[in-house]
Amino acid sequence: MIPLSYYLVLSGILFACGVIGFLIKRNIITIFMSIELMLNGVNLSFVAFAAQWHALSGQVFVFFVMVVAAAEAAVGLAIIIAVYRTRETLNVDQVNLLKL
Amino acid sequence: MNAVAETAQNLPQGVDYIRFLPETVLSISGLIVMVLDPLVDEEHSQKTLGVIALIGTLAALAATIFMSHYPGLAFWNMIRVDSFSVFFHFLVITIAALVILTSYEYMTVQRIRAGEYYGLILFGVVGMALMSSAVELVLIFIALEISSISTYILAGFRRREASSSESSLKYFLLGSFATAFFLYGIALMFGATGSTNIILISQALHSGAPILAYVAMALMFVGLGFKVASAPFHIWTPDVYEGAPAPIVGLMSTGPKAAVFAVLLRIFFQANAPGRFWLIWVSAALSMTIGNIAALVQTNIKRLLAYSSIAHAGYLLVAFAVPQDALANIGISAAMFYTAAYAAMNVGAFAVVSHFAAAGERYVALEDYAGLGRRSPLLAATFTIFLLSLIGIPITGGFFAKFYVFSAALRANLVGLTIIGVINSAIGAYYYLRVIVVMYMREPREEVPVAPVPASLGMALAITVIATIYLGVLPGRVVDYSLRSASQLLSPEAAANSTSVPSRMNPSAGVP
Repeated sequence: MIPLSYYLVLSGILFACGVIGFLIKRNIITIFMSIELMLNGVNLSFVAFAAQWHALSGQVFVFFVMVVAAAEAAVGLAIIIAVYRTRETLNVDQVNLLKL
Repeated sequence: MNAVAETAQNLPQGVDYIRFLPETVLSISGLIVMVLDPLVDEEHSQKTLGVIALIGTLAALAATIFMSHYPGLAFWNMIRVDSFSVFFHFLVITIAALVILTSYEYMTVQRIRAGEYYGLILFGVVGMALMSSAVELVLIFIALEISSISTYILAGFRRREASSSESSLKYFLLGSFATAFFLYGIALMFGATGSTNIILISQALHSGAPILAYVAMALMFVGLGFKVASAPFHIWTPDVYEGAPAPIVGLMSTGPKAAVFAVLLRIFFQANAPGRFWLIWVSAALSMTIGNIAALVQTNIKRLLAYSSIAHAGYLLVAFAVPQDALANIGISAAMFYTAAYAAMNVGAFAVVSHFAAAGERYVALEDYAGLGRRSPLLAATFTIFLLSLIGIPITGGFFAKFYVFSAALRANLVGLTIIGVINSAIGAYYYLRVIVVMYMREPREEVPVAPVPASLGMALAITVIATIYLGVLPGRVVDYSLRSASQLLSPEAAANSTSVPSRMNPSAGVP
């Protein structure tokens, strides 16, 4: 049997990849995908912990995360289209009307 | 036969639905608004739907009062109705009602379609209300997302303006980024304690917290700190507030914030989560300092209020740093009072901003406020009251809230944090006073038109002014109520309730 720590390390790596992608990528769609990667990293640790504690609630949580991620994707893509219509670019560096 | 009886026992009972009544009422009125939107002809839809949405919030307020007579757990220990959740229900629903009143004319001026707008406000409030009564991290997560997703869309509602959709995009990307951190925190907390129920977590952490719980708490704080716009997770705030419709800024700078502070209080104090002191100390000190110093140089009123909102999140967090003993009561009560006082003055301030901004939100620069004292004396006087309250001048709610928080901090021996707070209040006075000076003492460069104040906005302003003054002059009742809520939040009876439940599927626990 594969020990728990393997799963946790993998989930940590996935989450870190997501964070790095979010910070260095410039295309809005790629940034959005990085967030999904982070969520999936989290899902993996939920499932691993659920197996360790023999508690189904961890697995149920994953379903909720997936549903919410789907809702978020629907809204997110709509927002991205709205931005594209007004700016005609998907590069975050060019979406800079409001100064940071 | 026995199995059937057991299944029947596990089903939610009538009283469970009462403990969920405000959310139900809000959802149904949101649905009614959405369904009626295509049926009402476009010219009247804004007014009609606004009235329906307002009635929905008033019905939800009535439902909250009804619900308060049935304290206890509901839906398999997922929801807990106590004075604490009733307080926050009342607060967020009132905020929504005021924002709907503010939007009533604003929608016509900005030519925004009303249906989805009012529907999303109502759905967002469902999430905020649910956050304050949820005692299960699954439900907290879902409630947080309900409120966040609604506000992401609402931020971009001035669809034709590039700044609005940009604000929506920034809010969405950074908000989901923060949510992922919050979720990772939940996953690790689940790993550390084997449960996602706040009461069970508190029992598991009672005998000492493993290192994993500290990491979990830090990650959860990143996520929640983002939502309340506390430094160092505040970067999005000024941009989003600048681009979003002004009444919506009034909503999202108070409603979701109050709800997330409720979640933080539950997690920190009820679940007894570890590592609170340093997380809060650093974040509070940074928020106050960064917020106030950055606000000094702002020339856009919405950005100025955004930085002020960061600073206020910092003052509020000071109350969270009290130790987990006798003083926790006062700290929680101070935090609760502050959310209420801040909501009153900030919704009011943004109501003024949204009226004055006029079509296309053209007039949001500080210079446009020059001479407002002469052109619209009543509006200027109202705005002055809110600004004085934001500074913390006596007889306003802002003063008593700050006083209460700092006195709680001093009693808990948090001298350093209190000194930082008081110095920051002094810095803060400068930029709020600058707005007042511009309004009364400077000549307008160009003639900025001010439309007469419509009745709905007048009502919203009257309510917020009265609330601001009331909280400053007669804070007694609210303080009493918040103290009672705090003791219920901390009471061991909360833990006892769940130990008497052998399985997590027993709805009979907590029936009064």
